[in-house]
Amino acid sequence: MITVTSARKNYGSFAALDDVSLDIPSGSLTALLGPSGSGKSTLLRSIAGLESLDSGTVTIQGRDVTSEPPQRRGIGFVFQHYAAFKHMTVRDNVAFGLTIRKRPKAETARKVDELLEIVGLEGFQHRYPAQLSGGQRQRMALARALAVDPQVLLLDEPFGALDAKVRTDLRQWLRRLHDEVHVTTVLVTHDQEEALDVADRIAVLNKGRIEQVGDPVTLYERPANDFVMGFLGSVAQLGGQLVRPHDIVLERDRATALALDAKVADSPGVIDAVVERVVPLGFEVRVDLRADSGERFAAQITRRDAAELQLHEGETVHARAVARSSVVEHDPALAI
Amino acid sequence: MKVSRGTRLSLRVVALGYLFVLLAVPIGVILWRTFEPGLSEFVASISTPAARSALNLSLLIVAITVPINVVFGVATAIALVRGRFRGRGLLQAVVDLPFAVSPIVVGVALIMLWGAGGWFGALDRAGFQVIFGIPGMVLATIFVTLPFVVREVEPVLHEIGTEQEQAASTLGADGWQTFWRITLPAIRWGLTYGIVLTVARALGEFGAVIMVSSGFPGVSQTLTLLVHSRYIDDHNTYGAYAAATLLMGIALVVLLLMTVLDRKRSDR
Repeated sequence: MITVTSARKNYGSFAALDDVSLDIPSGSLTALLGPSGSGKSTLLRSIAGLESLDSGTVTIQGRDVTSEPPQRRGIGFVFQHYAAFKHMTVRDNVAFGLTIRKRPKAETARKVDELLEIVGLEGFQHRYPAQLSGGQRQRMALARALAVDPQVLLLDEPFGALDAKVRTDLRQWLRRLHDEVHVTTVLVTHDQEEALDVADRIAVLNKGRIEQVGDPVTLYERPANDFVMGFLGSVAQLGGQLVRPHDIVLERDRATALALDAKVADSPGVIDAVVERVVPLGFEVRVDLRADSGERFAAQITRRDAAELQLHEGETVHARAVARSSVVEHDPALAI
Repeated sequence: MKVSRGTRLSLRVVALGYLFVLLAVPIGVILWRTFEPGLSEFVASISTPAARSALNLSLLIVAITVPINVVFGVATAIALVRGRFRGRGLLQAVVDLPFAVSPIVVGVALIMLWGAGGWFGALDRAGFQVIFGIPGMVLATIFVTLPFVVREVEPVLHEIGTEQEQAASTLGADGWQTFWRITLPAIRWGLTYGIVLTVARALGEFGAVIMVSSGFPGVSQTLTLLVHSRYIDDHNTYGAYAAATLLMGIALVVLLLMTVLDRKRSDR
């Protein structure tokens, strides 16, 4: 369990962390999600001790480590740009933490072999980091961090420097690894898809504050505010309220739309809109619409519904929302 | 830009001719004069007691200067790159001072500071001779060679950044362990290059050293001073040529070492 209490950190007049408190349960894989400048990396680095807090405390497994240096916090840290020790072979990189701790040679060798196998780099142990691909380097960095049996594993945008394909592969792999190793893991990312994909808990940060913490389903379906709703998944603005594009239903007949809408509590009402564009996205179809008020929004409907409606550009349809993810009124200040 | 064949050729001739007249000819003349009377004459000339003492003294000064410059040079480079303190800009300028100040000025300044009548003259009067002794020559050499290690290590430190050091600290390494295992290996090529430059400059230093040396043959003459005194004082032109050739030979070895290291560095 990691507990951060009332953490504050300022860089000049910029508040990177503004009274942040967060509990990270043991064994979880938690993602710190937010746009750049939201304070997510600062929070992670403060847990690691690479950044010192202006005020507030950090405890790891019940031990107050606020004033401890990184080397005495029992952590493993993985950097976005790998931070590979360039002058050492893969094997020496992974063994580094154990060598520092002066563990017996045989024990170190066994542990390193085991980790190299887990990360799939058995054949690369005598190579130098420069001879590895980005994905391999990051797996080496993971093995290196895990070698010292950290109480918590901290990952700072670990897949940010990799290309899309490798990124997806590696995060699936990280998820499987976490299911095997079960070390408490905190991952910083700005990619909502990545957070939803790997994490079992997500903390959404914005402007140095935590907006909401919860499991991915809760955050997606019951976001605490417009910021969280907008940051996790796409949104459309319908009658002054934010709704998910796939929660919008289009009707040909206004009376039907009104009758069905009456059954939905707190609905934004029926909005008449002109079809501007119909974009097939494979399984679904995106319909770009313009309301009478001039407001533009997009609805995402299934192929079958689209076929039944026989939509053409320039036609008027009646849009309503079936279920709304958010229950908060739209606040223009939080608009994305 | 397209250059005609004729222009290209004549440019080449001019460049080569320039290098030939200014660099190759003087060195060639000295080599030719040195070996003209035969190898045994040369060996005899550089193995007189005065010559041997001069070689030893030059090497001794190098041996003292290099470690001091390495320790303080690396520390200064780290402070300049990683430090966030007032006066960093001033320190940057101060490090380059020896490039700008004439060595002879350095010599004069040292005499005013450490000489019998200087600020630290008490040391001299107490019997510890700095000026006209080896300490003075070492001080002068350190002054003129100070920037090399700093200026070679600094860009490497910039390039490697702090992530590797941070990674080491999260893996349990303390400050010293991080320095020895991560920082030092990472800057080793820059450092080696800085050392080679320091050695070359220390061997060749003349202006600052002549001011603070008593210049007695066999006692306080470095190789450069030996060349000078043989030529000017003793009118022993052949001796001067031979000593100069010896100096050049050492410099050549250093230069060769530098080229090899540079190639090795660019391989990485």
